[in-house]
This record gives sequence, C-alpha cells and structure tokens, in this order.
Amino acid sequence: MAIQATARGQLSLETDVLVIGGGPAGTWAAISAAAKGAKVILVDKGYCGSSGATAPSGTGVWYIDPEREKREEAKASRYAMGGQLAEHEWMNRVLDRTYENMNKLGNLGYPFPVDPSGKPHKRGLQGPEYMKLMRKLVQKSGVKILDHSPVLELLADDYGVGGAAGVNTQTGDAWSIRAGAVVIATGGCAFLSRALGCNVLTGDGYLFAAEAGADLSGMEFSNAYAICPTFSSVTKTAYYSYASFYYEDGTVVEGAGSKRGRSVIARNLLAGRQVYAKLDQAPEDLKPLLRVAQTNFFLPFDRRGIDPFRDLFPVTLRLEGTVRGTGGIRIVDETCATKVPGLYAAGDAATRELICGGFTGGGSHNSAWAMSSGSFAGEGAAEYVLKLGDSAKSRSLRGLSSQSLTSASADGGASQSRTQEYVQAVQDEVKPYDRNLFRTEQGLSDSIGRLDGLWKAQRENAVSVSAEGVKAREAAAMTATARWMYHSALARKETRGMHKREDFPTIDGGQRHRLISGGLDEVWVSTERVADDAASQERQPVKESVTA
Amino acid sequence: MIEVVSQSRCVSCNQCVSVCPTNVFDKGEDGIPVIARQDDCQTCFMCELYCPVDALYVSPDSEGVMGVTEEELEQQGLLGGYREKVGWGRGRVPVAKHDYMYQLSVRSGF
Ligand SMILES: Cc1cc2nc3c(=O)[nH]c(=O)nc-3n(C[C@H](O)[C@H](O)[C@H](O)COP(=O)(O)OP(=O)(O)OC[C@H]3O[C@@H](n4cnc5c(N)ncnc54)[C@H](O)[C@@H]3O)c2cc1C
Ligand code: SF4
Ligand code: SF4
Repeated sequence: MAIQATARGQLSLETDVLVIGGGPAGTWAAISAAAKGAKVILVDKGYCGSSGATAPSGTGVWYIDPEREKREEAKASRYAMGGQLAEHEWMNRVLDRTYENMNKLGNLGYPFPVDPSGKPHKRGLQGPEYMKLMRKLVQKSGVKILDHSPVLELLADDYGVGGAAGVNTQTGDAWSIRAGAVVIATGGCAFLSRALGCNVLTGDGYLFAAEAGADLSGMEFSNAYAICPTFSSVTKTAYYSYASFYYEDGTVVEGAGSKRGRSVIARNLLAGRQVYAKLDQAPEDLKPLLRVAQTNFFLPFDRRGIDPFRDLFPVTLRLEGTVRGTGGIRIVDETCATKVPGLYAAGDAATRELICGGFTGGGSHNSAWAMSSGSFAGEGAAEYVLKLGDSAKSRSLRGLSSQSLTSASADGGASQSRTQEYVQAVQDEVKPYDRNLFRTEQGLSDSIGRLDGLWKAQRENAVSVSAEGVKAREAAAMTATARWMYHSALARKETRGMHKREDFPTIDGGQRHRLISGGLDEVWVSTERVADDAASQERQPVKESVTA
Repeated sequence: MIEVVSQSRCVSCNQCVSVCPTNVFDKGEDGIPVIARQDDCQTCFMCELYCPVDALYVSPDSEGVMGVTEEELEQQGLLGGYREKVGWGRGRVPVAKHDYMYQLSVRSGF
C-alpha cells in the first residue's frame, strides 16, 4: 500500500535483525542478537538511552536467588493477584534469565550498591544509569543505532515480515531497512497522558503487529492508573504506601490507599472531591533513605517548595494504560515469536500475562520481563535469520500500513489539527475512571461504537512520511489499542486482575482463560487456555464477540 | 515542562537536542538550542541530566508553563540540582551506588 513511501527512502539499509525500540527490552534484544553473530540495527522513536518508561525513572527488579524455596515464594506472591493466569514454566525461565542478566550488568559496570559483606545488592536499577550503560553496551556489540527514527510501518512479503520503514524526525528523511527478522520492543501504550517518560509510548508496536496479522493477548489488562501529584508527571507510586489521604478540610479519606485503595481515590475524584496526600506514615529515620533512593520522586516537590512528608498536596490518578498493565502482542513460543514468521515481540509490547497474569502489582515483574523477553526475542530472531541464509536479500517487500502513506504533507496544518482531535477523542474514551477503571457493559459498548467510528475516519486519511505523520500514526495506534482493550474488556464478564467490571464484581472460575484479540476494521476476541491446566491450546471464539 | 535554556551557561554541545525523547529542541543558529515544541515536552527531566553545564531547567508542572526566569532559578540555586542528586558529572558518585539504596531495600522491600 505504501510502496511509493518506502521506495522514496533516502536512507536504505540492510541487516539481519532489526530491533524497533531502544528501552530495556530493545537493548537486550539487540545485544543478544549480536552475540549470536547477527548483524543488528536498532531504531528508536526518541533516543536510545533516555527514551521510554524506564530511562527517566528506575525499576525494582524481580531478582531472586535460585534457591528453590525463595523462587517458589516469589512465584506464589503475585499468582493469585494476577488472577491465576501466569504459567510456571515461563516464570521459571524469566527468573533464571533475569538473574543471569542482572549479574551480567554487575560485571559490565552497573554501579550496584553493596551489602555490609561487600556483595552487590541487585534488587533495583536506576533508570538513567541503567539505560546509559545499555546504550554503551549496544554500541560495543557493533549494533548500529538510529535515534529519532520512528517506524511508520512494517515491510513484508508472503513469507513473513522483512523490515520496516520510517522517518528521521530531525532531518525529515525517510528511511527503510530490510531485515531477515524484526523485534518489536516499542513499549506499551499510555495514551499521551504525560506519565513519566511515557509520551513516546502510544501502542505503535501493537498496530504494526496487527497490520502484519499477529494477535494480541490480555488487552483487558490495560487500565493501570498511577497516583501522582496533580501538578506533576512523576508517576512513581511505591512511596504512597507511606501516605495518608485527606479531603481539603483535613479529614481522612477512609479506605484510600496506594494499592487496593486506589478505587476509593478514583470514586472521590469522580464525585468532584479533590483528594490530598501526605507521606506522614514514613518513620523519621527512613526519610533520608527515601529521599536518596528515588531522587526524582522529590524533584517536583522540591521545585515547588512542598515538603511531602508534612504538607498536603493534591493527587490524581494518571493513566498508564498497558505500560503498567500486562496486555500486549501474543507470543507463541519460547523465542517470543509472534504467529507471523520473522516477527518477534518483547517487553511491554508483548503480553506479560505469562509471568504475572492480569496484574503487575508494584513493578519488578515488568523490568524482569523486559530484560528476559528482550534476550529471548533477540536470540530467537538471530537464529531464525541465520537459518534463512541469503534468501532474504532477493525478497520483494511491501509496506503494511493500514493507512496509506504519502511522501508529501498533503494539507499541512489541517492534518495536524485533525490528529489532535483524534487524540483528544481517544483520550475521552480511555482516561475517565468511570469508563476504563470501573467498566460496565453499557460504558464499554458506547465507547466501542465511537472508537469504531474514529478508526474508520482515521483509516481514510493519508499519512505523510514526516514528523507530523508520525503523530497521525500514533493517534491511529491509540485508537486501535483502545478498541482491542474495550472489546476484550467486554468479553471478560468478571473481575480479574486489574480488570474490574462493575456489573460482574467477582472472579468467575469458568473464565480462567486468556483473551486473544486482533483485527483492524473488524475486531475479534477469542479465548485461549492457560497452559497449566490444560494440555490443549485450541482456541474457541467467544460467542458474543462484538465486531465493527 | 522545559522552560529555560541558559544563554550564559550553554556551551552549544547539542546534547539536549540529541537526547530529548520527544524532540522538543531545535539546533539554534547561534549555537544555542531553542525550545521549538514546548507542548511536546513530557517533563521527563532527561535533558537536564545530560546537559554538561547545568544550563537547562525543567519546571515540574507537566500541563502548563510556570513562567520562571533564569535569574530566579540562579537565586534559588535550582539549576543543576537534579544532576547533582543523581550523581552525574565530574567527580560525583552515581546515586545508584549509594548505601541508602541497600538500606532502604532491606527495610522496606523497594
Ligand atoms: C513511573 C514508572 C515506574 C515504573 N516502575 C517500575 C518498577 O519499579 N519495576 C518494574 O518492573 N517496572 C516498572 N515500570 C515499568 C517499566 O518501566 C516498563 O515495563 C519497561 O520500561 C518496559 O521496557 P520496554 O523496553 O518494553 O519499553 P520502554 O522502556 O517503554 O521503551 C520503549 C521504546 O520504544 C520506542 N518506540 C516507541 N514507539 C516506537 C516506534 N514507532 N518506532 C521506534 N521506536 C519506538 C520508545 O521511544 C522507547 O525508547 C515503571 C513504569 C513507569 C512509567
Ligand atoms: S524534560 Fe524530557 S521531554 Fe522535556 S525537553 Fe527535557 S528531555 Fe525533552
Ligand atoms: S546540553 Fe546544555 S550545553 Fe549542551 S546545547 Fe543543550 S543547553 Fe547547551
């Protein structure tokens, strides 16, 4: 469809493995593919090293000593919370690989703190430090990095995916890269909500994967909201376990809390009652430790002259969508392959249900998944390409974008304001707590009707190969993501993991399955058994699956 | 959002232009980058961390411009404060290594 755009590419490159996205998942994928002897290019929408959810923040990591007892305890800790959708085999593999990768990071120069015996303590990673090191390691392994080079579409032939095309947003130059295999590591979708580091995460990879014919999984687990000061982007939530929540007059908001009590905060905000927080539960001697351990948590307060331990500050719940949700591209085997040959997925772009079901809790699983799945995907992609041999070179590829891509910006300002309208329209469906956090059949169906219309409208517009076109594609990806989310949410008639149905408030043992979804003009949803309780993986369509 | 590029401090290295994930800056004709797309700023503070001479200030408000000036920031000592805390820059120790990281992790599980 977009042949003229890809042919136009001023920059045209060839490689074995193309990695899309340079966060933890993408950088681990690149290093791991290179270690297998593959030639690798990594492209990032922003800058590999500062872009994505981890870079400005930092993460606790699911790093567990390989002793059997500790591992069993670690696996059990989230199993029920995640709605029993995780699989033991996958948890084992990810725990093993995370342990290995974290030890590697220590050896390669990550400055872990040490315990009193002098042993490095590896429970967390500071984002800026971690991602600066990852960029260095990627470069050291001979991988070529293209920054500010978002992908606009995948390229493929009848044998599978064979590259991608995009634009450099700083030079305006189009580019295209032929590759034997492609790893999607574009992160999740936070719907441009301005959560910390998340505005580059607009679900692009989901859309690319679906356009290539891959499935998604667990898209109902996509309504993560983070507690955050109203005036800030810093969605770090761990410290709110030391918070009390108050109304303006100083009375306590009963039941409000950072974990299970988020709903109480949401209901108050919905009713128009501003909620305030104060970290007054933090013991005095812990305060200096807290200040050092999450420097950026305090940054907005310090810059406003607020002492969060003593002063009340207004809070909101900021949407993080799938970034701290668990849904994403469905993977079909241990190499993180999708069902489309040559296409792999890792990190937040891929489903995390395999290790944490429908809930990520207070983090650490996400970062473990990003570094492990990144390694699996990079290795898998490299092995696939090396088997393919030279046949990749003579392939005749076409662009897969469902919107037609054109080389020139057709109508300048008009398309820009149209994109803004689309973004606003999607946000109006996914941000409100009474639509996305507290879900009902009525609310979901109404939203789906409007989102389907929005998709049709966007689908008809040509998108220019330019920085402006990137935004139009982001808006389309957000619309598509919202549709898979809500179609899946409608099909799950129970409350499980982070998915809450007001009209089905309890868990239903009969629905302990994954929901697979996909499709562009027509969205479909079907079920898939969780491996642990069944030998068969056959899929069955959901009877009431709604289509466009 | 990003609000200030200090004309007096900037050494025109264009690091900020490179590292900003949402491409907010343009290279300036006089060598000093300009905030060209302020509305795209995601308030991630990364440009501040990468600026070698503490010439940038990102104000904490993610939705609107607060209108701070370089003089005010100088007076309040707010330029470069984040980089110092993170322990980046010559002669500093990265906060990642800080003993409190270990202590907090043992005490609270973070
Ligand atoms: C505030 C916050 C705190 C968190 N804390 C924790 C924690 O304590 N523990 C934990 O485990 N997890 C935590 N998480 C989640 C964790 O950060 C993510 O799971 C992790 O960053 C995922 O890594 P990734 O590589 O998949 O995606 P990301 O790190 O988000 O990187 C995705 C990359 O893809 C690029 N990209 C996007 N679209 C395109 C495109 N079209 N073309 C090219 N490139 C593209 C982006 O620029 C970005 O660099 C937190 C998240 C947030 C927001
Ligand atoms: S705060 Fe982040 S998004 Fe804003 S200008 Fe700096 S690097 Fe760019
Ligand atoms: S990083 Fe700092 S010194 Fe370098 S160009 Fe930007 S503002 Fe100037």
